[in-house]
Amino acid sequence: MKITNIITHIIFFYVDGFRQMKVGKKLWLLIGIKLLILFGVMKFFFFPNYLKTTYDTDEARSMHLIEHLTKERQ
Amino acid sequence: MELMSTELIDWSRAQFALTALYHFLFVPLTLGLSFIVAIMETIYVKTGDLKWKTITRFWMTLFAINFAIGVATGLIMEFEFGTNWANYSWFVGDIFGAPLAVEGILAFFMESTFFAVMFFGWNKVSKGFHLLSTWLVAVGSNLSAFWILVANGWMQYPVGMEFNPDTVRNEMASFWDVALSPVAVAKFLHTIGSGYVIGGLFVIGVSAWMILKGRDVLEAKRSMVVGASFGLLVSIFLAVSGDESAYQAAQHQPVKLAAMEGLYKGEERAGIIAVGILNPDKKIGDDLHPIYGDIEIPYALSFLGYHDVDAFVPGLDDLVLGNEKYGIEGAASKIEKGKIAIKALEEYKEAKKADDQTAMSEARKLLDEYMPYFGYGYLEKPTDIVPPIALTFYSFHIMVGLGMWFIILFLIVLYLTMANDITRFRKVLWLALLSIPLGYVAAEAGWVVAEVGRQPWAIQDLMPVGIAATDIDAGNVQVSFWLFALLFTALLIAEIKIMLRQIAIGIKGGH
Repeated sequence: MKITNIITHIIFFYVDGFRQMKVGKKLWLLIGIKLLILFGVMKFFFFPNYLKTTYDTDEARSMHLIEHLTKERQ
Repeated sequence: MELMSTELIDWSRAQFALTALYHFLFVPLTLGLSFIVAIMETIYVKTGDLKWKTITRFWMTLFAINFAIGVATGLIMEFEFGTNWANYSWFVGDIFGAPLAVEGILAFFMESTFFAVMFFGWNKVSKGFHLLSTWLVAVGSNLSAFWILVANGWMQYPVGMEFNPDTVRNEMASFWDVALSPVAVAKFLHTIGSGYVIGGLFVIGVSAWMILKGRDVLEAKRSMVVGASFGLLVSIFLAVSGDESAYQAAQHQPVKLAAMEGLYKGEERAGIIAVGILNPDKKIGDDLHPIYGDIEIPYALSFLGYHDVDAFVPGLDDLVLGNEKYGIEGAASKIEKGKIAIKALEEYKEAKKADDQTAMSEARKLLDEYMPYFGYGYLEKPTDIVPPIALTFYSFHIMVGLGMWFIILFLIVLYLTMANDITRFRKVLWLALLSIPLGYVAAEAGWVVAEVGRQPWAIQDLMPVGIAATDIDAGNVQVSFWLFALLFTALLIAEIKIMLRQIAIGIKGGH
């Protein structure tokens, strides 16, 4: 079997599978909404990577942490 | 110790607890039901009986609903690591990243590929290949859990790494020491065991409901045989793996074990408190009796913790104040050593700035020597090593009590299904149905024991939670906490509604 045939078979396998879904369609919709909320809202607005967005280099990140770990504590 | 605001730390902690506990509402059923479905399909392929195909497809649909609702809920914890726990994330370096990366790759390739064959492949691929895919989905789901629990196990018992003061990160020295750490392995076995028990409870509970309603009774009874047999085996396995978890706690987290049992004064031939109420006035070092109305199983704690009925089990007093007779170092001494380690790190930093190689080498030597106590240097007083005792104690006893109940329930249900006519035992059927939520209560209680019981540590002995947190705006964490609470509650309601609708359609109702 040619590679293009194999790829076509795989694509139709998925397309047919999605077409014949009953509960699955609702579930995919839920997954889509969930991922949109998680990445489009939560990650974007509330969860920036603190060290990546605050410091430009790994050296600066290391410095931040060593200062944090060794600063005078009462 | 002057840490960031307690309010911020508590909200960050609460948010992580909320996401972990909610995430673990979805995960265990995936772990358990995946194997039950694979067993049912195996029976279908072996016997060729189409009723088993119908049964398999019904439970497979419920598996898919749970999987779809739960998928990606764990990602939120990774968001939190980068934002709320940035100091922790940097400090753990690739130790935490490597197992999670392996998990991500495995989950993507194994689960997503074979998941599609499992659901779209009926009548399109051979019976054998379909069955193989179903088993691989089950194995893949469980392997994903393994890598996540390796990461968690490392936090409970950090091994296989070296601290590099130049990068201020722990760097992996041995992948296999991390992956096969006895704590990680015990944690994995016990956690997946709880998922399997929940799978068994879910199958017998839903089947019981169908029998009570007189729906698809034959198929429900067949499902019940598989669910109860599987449940009985795995609930016994769960008890055995729990024994190993307690053994590991005794070796590496003795404070957690003492809190689990409300044990203040250590003793030889220590027993386990089967039933009892903690004395709320009890304090470390005083002479008050710690537990009211206690019924004890003699020798059991010594055996559980050290596999020796005569062994001495240290109590909280011994671990906080020290016990010379048994060679137990008190927390005050560890705090002093931790301060030396922190001071050595500071001296290393200054020597590096001054490019003083000799001073760097001396500071490094001192740091390496005292690094195992590093986290203690951030604690104010010896009693800071004690976790919330009541929460740990009651969670542990609820978990163990329910675990015992599940063994009895599976045994009764299996006996009545195989040797009698379970349809006549309506009270047992109701008990099976009502025990579904109890499985989740037990699993969540187990997480509380594991995570609350290891406080104050983010990484055992190396980093307390207050140092691990990021100094960000507490208001931001509060808002995202409530958003997550809303999102997860909505997902849970959606799951229950879709699941109930599918169950109402029945086993023979089409999928």
